[in-house]
Amino acid sequence: MSEQAARSVSGAEPSSASLPSTESAPPPAPDEGGQGARARLGGGGLGRSLGLIVALLLICLVGALTSGDRFLDVDNVLTIVRGAAVIGVVSIGMTFVITAGGIDLSVGSVLGLASVWATTLATQAMAEDVHWVVMVFTGVAVGTAAGIVNGIVVSYGKVVSFIATFAMLIAARGLAEIISGRGTQLVTNDGFDDFFNGSFLGVPTIVWMFIVVAALGWVVLNRTTFGRRTVAVGGNAEAARLAGINIRRHTVYVFALSGFTAGLAAVMMLGRTGAGSSTNGMLYELDAIAAVVVGGTLLVGGRGTIVGTVIGVLIFQTLTNVFVLNNLSTSVQALVQGAIIVIAVLLQQRFVVRARST
Amino acid sequence: MTASLTLRRRVTASLAALASVALLASCTGNTPETTGGGGGGGGDTNAGSSNDDTGETVTIGFSAPAADHGWMGSMSTHAQNLADEYDDVELLVAEGTNDVNLQISQIETFINNDEMDAIVVVPFDGGALTGVALEAMEAGIPVINVDREFSDPNAARVTVMGDNYGMGHNAGEYICEQVGDDPEAVVAEVTGIASLPLTEERTQGFEDALGACGQEVDNRVAADFTVQGGESATANLLQAAPEIDAIWNHDDDQGVGVLAAIENADRDEFFMVGGAGSANMMRHIQEEDSVVEATVVYPSSQAANGVALARLLAQEKSLSDLVENEVPRQVQLFAPVVTKENVDQYIDSAFES
Repeated sequence: MSEQAARSVSGAEPSSASLPSTESAPPPAPDEGGQGARARLGGGGLGRSLGLIVALLLICLVGALTSGDRFLDVDNVLTIVRGAAVIGVVSIGMTFVITAGGIDLSVGSVLGLASVWATTLATQAMAEDVHWVVMVFTGVAVGTAAGIVNGIVVSYGKVVSFIATFAMLIAARGLAEIISGRGTQLVTNDGFDDFFNGSFLGVPTIVWMFIVVAALGWVVLNRTTFGRRTVAVGGNAEAARLAGINIRRHTVYVFALSGFTAGLAAVMMLGRTGAGSSTNGMLYELDAIAAVVVGGTLLVGGRGTIVGTVIGVLIFQTLTNVFVLNNLSTSVQALVQGAIIVIAVLLQQRFVVRARST
Repeated sequence: MTASLTLRRRVTASLAALASVALLASCTGNTPETTGGGGGGGGDTNAGSSNDDTGETVTIGFSAPAADHGWMGSMSTHAQNLADEYDDVELLVAEGTNDVNLQISQIETFINNDEMDAIVVVPFDGGALTGVALEAMEAGIPVINVDREFSDPNAARVTVMGDNYGMGHNAGEYICEQVGDDPEAVVAEVTGIASLPLTEERTQGFEDALGACGQEVDNRVAADFTVQGGESATANLLQAAPEIDAIWNHDDDQGVGVLAAIENADRDEFFMVGGAGSANMMRHIQEEDSVVEATVVYPSSQAANGVALARLLAQEKSLSDLVENEVPRQVQLFAPVVTKENVDQYIDSAFES
């Protein structure tokens, strides 16, 4: 394990430019090991997500067969991706934390807190005077700050991330309730509303934001030193430390990144719902973790895939959409959703095994 | 007076209201035209009866869940405001909590207080608090159970409830009136958390009323009483049903999200009926600036009614408008439909979501 991690650390150095740039999926992570790794670069990455793509296509097929025109309608497809956008951005940040071997249970609460803070009377008054960007800045800053606190408690306080972020989950929700007085704070700024509810080239703004965040996330995880270090820390922290990575500082960065995406998602949610509320983001941590893990990121760390996460998020959104189009009860939804998680992971494992053996 | 006529018609139509003592707040007072009263009201005392005269000072304990949403917050506020109006009521309010154990010990503290004349309990979980309520009753302190019922009828002297079935039923009747018997009409429903009994009761009432006019729920989605839940459920619902005639949304808190989804999808071919009766939705009804035409009230004045009944019990009085010598065992509040016509009557006492 240490050998593999060390290998990936060497990849973190500038010499990583030797990697083929035509690669469209994440390159193999350290846990795959072996000399054949380079040979599998093309098929390995695709293979890892192939099971997921098949699962997503199957769900789409069911949707198209059961509700035909309605499902394939452009508006409906946009509804699915709009629904995926907020949780998708949260999941990108979560992918980094999980890849680094941690977990962030606080994303939902932090999202709620950021959405409340960005819509207080004071913030909105300031936004009215200056520009609605103030609201965006507030939301993102609050999210990032919460993430930094998480990171510091985990790295310098040596608290297990499960506990540290669980504490943040409770505390952030409490603070959000105090600030909002448990009320619903409507967004009154028209400029903010116009921007986040608007669309560019027929695609809603928040979907563009999701695309940009996912693309940046992919580049950062697969093409930068930061990404390599994240994988190394998650794969074998001790080896990463010996290789000269400042693990504590890196952990703070990773949690700050997760807080940042939660804050950004809060702003996007304000665009969607038009209201800041302490109940915003309720249980989003579970949705995000489910999407990340179904996507193929190892829950123990050391391997992460942004493409998988994006498909994971899309699978859950499409599933919900197909259920609603067919007017199925929520109990049936819950049952099938559970089954789909298992099937998606099983499919994905099969494809990964096959991709490795070829 | 037409308003009270339709109210009466709705009472007779509603089985649930018939089965119990339906207490229309506007009918209990001897002066029905008082301002700010109404079914969601509270605050107005029934002037004209000797019940309001200051009597022997009584101590009433009050315990409720945490005010974590607008409606629950309004429950406690209404109760406190009513107590403040009476010179002869001392209301001991325990810190609102969603921890059943803490709520049990709060009530145990009330029981140990020798001054305690009555206890008003809005349980977080009716079943879990039944035991301690029985203890209070055995200790000779009458318990007034509000909103969420105990599992043992002996655990409370009086039970004050809202009418979940009636909410659905009255929403359904309103939609029937508007849509008529058009067989092509599409009716959709956005529920709260689907697994809760109260959601099932609301849905049952809604289906029963729609059935009476030959309609049915064509599309149903479940949200979770939150803004985000309302938004995402409705976004999908609007895709599932390209043409809708009427939507009933169970809860006005999540209604903010439901409206956001409707506006995002640029849809306005239907009208919407809300649920619970928030001030926010009532403003939409008043200003006619959205698809919201009506909302069905689930009164947040229930706890205040509980305090009023506790005072009567402790002072050994009865409901002056009834011929009975004793306060009734059960009081079920009515779920009036608030529309443009009568919104002025309800908006002042509505809760801020």
